[in-house]
Amino acid sequence: MSTPIELPKWADVSLVPILAVIVAFLVAGLVVLGIGENPVKATLLLLKGALGSGEGIGYTLYYATNFIFTGLAVAIAFHAGLFNIGGEGQATMGGLGAALICLRFDFLPWYIVLPLAILGAMAMGALWAFIPGYLQVKRGSHVVITTIMFNFLAATLVVYLLVNVIGKPGLMSPETRTFAASAHLPYLHEALAYFGIIIPKSPLNLSLALALLASAFVWVLLWHTKLGYAIRTVGHSPTAATYAGISIGRITLITMAISGALAGLLAVNEILGVQGRLLLEFSSGYGFIGIAVALMGRAHPVGIVLASILFGMLYQGGTELSFEIPRVTRDMIVAISGLVILFAGALDGLIRRPVAGLFSRFLKSGV
Amino acid sequence: MNSVAGPVPAIALSDIDKRFGEVRANKNVNLTVASGSVHGVVGENGAGKSTLMSILYGFYEADRGTIHIHGKPVSIRSPKEAIAVGIGMVHQHFMLVEPLSVIDNVMLGAEGGAMLAKGEAQMRAALAKLAEDYGLVIDPDAIVGDLPVGLQQRVEILKALVRGADILILDEPTAVLTPDEAEQLFVLLRTLAAQGKTVILITHKLNEIMAVTDHVSVMRRGEMVATLKTAETSPEQLADQMVGRHVLLDVSKGPAKLGPVRLSVENVVIRDAHASLRVKDVSFQVRAGEILGLAGVAGNGQSELLEALAGIITPTLGRITLDGQDLITLAPTPAERRAQGVLHIPEDRQRMGLVPAFSAAESMILGFQSDHEFGTGPLLSAAAIAAHTAKEMDLYDIRPRQTSLKTAKFSGGNQQKIVLAREIEHQPKVLLVGQPTRGVDVGAIEFIHKRLIALRDAGVAILLVSVELDEIMSLSDRIIVMCGGVITGERTPETTNDRDLGLLMAGVTERAA
Repeated sequence: MSTPIELPKWADVSLVPILAVIVAFLVAGLVVLGIGENPVKATLLLLKGALGSGEGIGYTLYYATNFIFTGLAVAIAFHAGLFNIGGEGQATMGGLGAALICLRFDFLPWYIVLPLAILGAMAMGALWAFIPGYLQVKRGSHVVITTIMFNFLAATLVVYLLVNVIGKPGLMSPETRTFAASAHLPYLHEALAYFGIIIPKSPLNLSLALALLASAFVWVLLWHTKLGYAIRTVGHSPTAATYAGISIGRITLITMAISGALAGLLAVNEILGVQGRLLLEFSSGYGFIGIAVALMGRAHPVGIVLASILFGMLYQGGTELSFEIPRVTRDMIVAISGLVILFAGALDGLIRRPVAGLFSRFLKSGV
Repeated sequence: MNSVAGPVPAIALSDIDKRFGEVRANKNVNLTVASGSVHGVVGENGAGKSTLMSILYGFYEADRGTIHIHGKPVSIRSPKEAIAVGIGMVHQHFMLVEPLSVIDNVMLGAEGGAMLAKGEAQMRAALAKLAEDYGLVIDPDAIVGDLPVGLQQRVEILKALVRGADILILDEPTAVLTPDEAEQLFVLLRTLAAQGKTVILITHKLNEIMAVTDHVSVMRRGEMVATLKTAETSPEQLADQMVGRHVLLDVSKGPAKLGPVRLSVENVVIRDAHASLRVKDVSFQVRAGEILGLAGVAGNGQSELLEALAGIITPTLGRITLDGQDLITLAPTPAERRAQGVLHIPEDRQRMGLVPAFSAAESMILGFQSDHEFGTGPLLSAAAIAAHTAKEMDLYDIRPRQTSLKTAKFSGGNQQKIVLAREIEHQPKVLLVGQPTRGVDVGAIEFIHKRLIALRDAGVAILLVSVELDEIMSLSDRIIVMCGGVITGERTPETTNDRDLGLLMAGVTERAA
């Protein structure tokens, strides 16, 4: 029996994660020191790279958009007690869904193609998560195992299709033809230029708005709808759910489908927003880091948006940093992200316990 | 200070004070426990008994106050230090590794070196000696998970004794025991005390206090309000002390106004997931305006029967009808049963009746989450739910009156009142009630019993499943007893007694002459 750790909500959602990030940076600083570089300079370069210019901020938010989608996907499944590790595969299939629509319909105007393509991405992502959900409900195979396997299936399926069916012949790499302009989701700098506002160019596109919309949707769904109530009941207590007349199987299927649809939206940012064509491995690990984002954001949409921005900063700032100091390689940046995940997620108690101790002491002397 | 101890008391706590944030859980508590006695500590949930014992066992440190063990001042900052001064604790929820053997469990944490052989030999000798001294016989090589609950508890006691405990704290030890196992435990506690060990028994079952203790201390709202010689007190007096006002332990109820048969169970057979037979050919009827008590030792098919009636599991064979209509085909799921007016207060409120992580308001709509009252279309209205909950909290005196407080933070009695309020307020035709007062304090028990009687008088058909014979005897209009999945007898409270029911619960169907 240990003393339950009780913190005020604001400290739980903001103070503890911020301290975790600071500790992670201190430890990462030791690593930088170890290779003979100045950690303060490295930190400043990282921050400057991420936030020091309009272009930097654009890139940071562009990366953050991907993390929001995959983070939300993991979080909503988590609320139903499901661990969806298949974000990679669902995003890949989302790309396929969007691409199939674009290849077939991109002669139509944007206001038809884009919504269709977004729905295509969601539908394929949802399908790719629904099947593992179905296998768990009907056959008892655990989603953790099946979603991982479905990552590989999605990757090989898309390779096969790109090489043999939908790929553009005569290219070195397997990819489709570039979609027509009507299937391109505008960059933010393009969209704002339309209104006369000029911002620096970056891959940041209107998917960010979609990501924020998705966050709001998840928040309303989980805490203000009957379905969300059912999802959370199943996640907290399957026996209570059964007692309450909630079908666990039905909720599992619905939640997995929503989760997969959210992961599939990553393709909107990457394929419709940036690449304009389907290519291999565009999901490049975002699906997995979504797990860390959801963990750090406490599976709450607001936390996920903030955690996504943090990871976006690490991605963008890290790239700049390895430009400026070549001895700090990409791998070091991965290590720093790893430390953030470690301290914010796995070693949460390390930070939480002393903070809780300080709080209780403060309260005691306060009365 | 009420001194009831001999010359050198085993335990003397003085002026213990402990605060958790705003809450003062212990207020200048004094407690003296005589060596070689069984000392009961009673109090409602949240009265501070667990906090006091946690301080004694080193889970918490007191803000103020001193502890003397056998006359010597000690400071206990961890369970390890408590064990070092001879204090052992048996928790309500056992701290055992089920797949390991008895000897492995007893040895755990006291292996005495990297190699096991020597320590194990010593442990076997120690266990043999304990078996001889106190009659604590147990097979050291049995797998703990295979043992009945009573024997698992014995392993916990052995763990403490082997580590040299001469003061034993037992926290609600009978909560998981059958009446028979409880009886054996009491014999053991008396033996331990007779041999010079000191036993502290924390409970809120007053008949246990009367049966086994020498002295009893009563706590209320963090304060020690009385320490009495058990022989000189009565359950009524203790109950009044605990609650701070006069409590009716006996339920007063008028004669039943029987209506037509509401719920009818015909030849029901239930197999569990492992295909073993849990309920074998059970039939009974419950009329409107009647409380039918279903008695039995836990695990004899009552739980399965209750779940089958609530639609959570489907019987293998048989019919369940409500007002003559077949519920199994018409309303197979819990949601449909609920819509038909079959409401259910489940046996296990923590796992089934509530979601501990939810707010009180969210738990208050469990099972009724799709009602239009709580939101139109797919949406839930937080305001409507909070307003509904606030109303129920007033009606059922649920404390604290905070609709957004986590369900887990309410006391057992108040949690049960949340379930009760929710089910009763949705106008049941049939109410299935499982262990309504398990882990509930005296004040709330009185309240819950009154509500059930009122409901019966309003014409609801109530099936009451309980392992507490007192509860069955005082509430029921008719009593059926289950043992091994069959009904072993039917009685009325006027024509039976504890002994008669006890025999039926043990499967002896011949009427005791």
